[in-house]
Amino acid sequence: MDVIAGPGCPVCILPAAEIDEAISLALNEVTVVTFGDVIRVPGSESSLQEAKASGGDVRIVYGVGDAVRMAEKEPDKDFVFFAIGFETTAPSTAIEILNKPPQNLSFLVSHRLIPPAMELLLGVGNLHIDGFIAPGHVSTIIGMKPYEIFPNAYRMPTVIAGFEPLDVLFAISMLLQQLKDGEARLENEYKRSVTWEGNVKAQRLMEQVFSVVDGCWRGLGKLPLSALALKEEFLEYDARKKYDLQIERPRDLMPGCLCHLVMIGKIKPPECPLYMKACTPQTPKGACMVSIEGTCRIWAKHKL
Amino acid sequence: MCLAIPAKVLKVQGDVAKVDFGQGVARDVNVMLVEARVGEYVLVHAGYAIQVIDREAAEETLRLWEEILKYE
Repeated sequence: MDVIAGPGCPVCILPAAEIDEAISLALNEVTVVTFGDVIRVPGSESSLQEAKASGGDVRIVYGVGDAVRMAEKEPDKDFVFFAIGFETTAPSTAIEILNKPPQNLSFLVSHRLIPPAMELLLGVGNLHIDGFIAPGHVSTIIGMKPYEIFPNAYRMPTVIAGFEPLDVLFAISMLLQQLKDGEARLENEYKRSVTWEGNVKAQRLMEQVFSVVDGCWRGLGKLPLSALALKEEFLEYDARKKYDLQIERPRDLMPGCLCHLVMIGKIKPPECPLYMKACTPQTPKGACMVSIEGTCRIWAKHKL
Repeated sequence: MCLAIPAKVLKVQGDVAKVDFGQGVARDVNVMLVEARVGEYVLVHAGYAIQVIDREAAEETLRLWEEILKYE
């Protein structure tokens, strides 16, 4: 049996162009506020960490609420919150935008959606997936319904799981049972947090603030209806509009880097020519080695 | 980034609650997305409670796990 990590690391899947946008803001007198995991992730040429070393104001926070408080405290500075993350994180961005944040705070929205990425995996040749373990905290927000398509249309056994080791083991056992029964069902292992309808209030706030649009994923190109963008009535908070950000010729992958194939499970990290040679946790070249949630980083940590 | 941690609700004031992540330290989290009541556990992600943990379901899961582990 083979358990493969899918494209579920929200900083790994960010395309270089969006990191480049954040870097260009940081190098132009704007304070960029974001999650700690993001700042070492490579853009086309450099990272937010390098922008900070060159004098840019880049700050790490625990959540978007901290960015709002910072902007209130320092009204003379321009702040941009680099809003990354999947459906788990997007509702918090929606809350703060609906709360009318201070004028000196805008948002670089780079949220992505999980079900379209799962659907992409089913179109990749030679992947041989026999079942999906769906992410428990994304599902806490979106509920079970968006996954119905996988057993129904693709005959793919799907189990929503929590994040404790035993949650994952249980999910695997539930998937094996489905395979044994020769059936594809949608099941919920993470009942203590995931319901059929999910967090309806969070969904409503997201719908109020964001439209679902096409979005680029690192090295994978544009996935239809896989990203969130601010709706028209909130464009005053859109950093892309406010600062007229234009990124030319972004580069998602360093020469030789196969992060995009690792992310969709097509290859294992050791099959990448850079893995543990040019690309190590100390000298990461690809996003999957930078982030603590990246597949290459996890393999390196456990010396697989 | 996908981390969400359970915390016990100590006090609710509007959209903000004081919660304990098990370290005995009270921290403020936003509870606008949930109906948080004192004594319940909420799942917190990046400073925002995203769900009230279903106590019955949690206990049922623990029971199941214990049962399986007994066979080991």
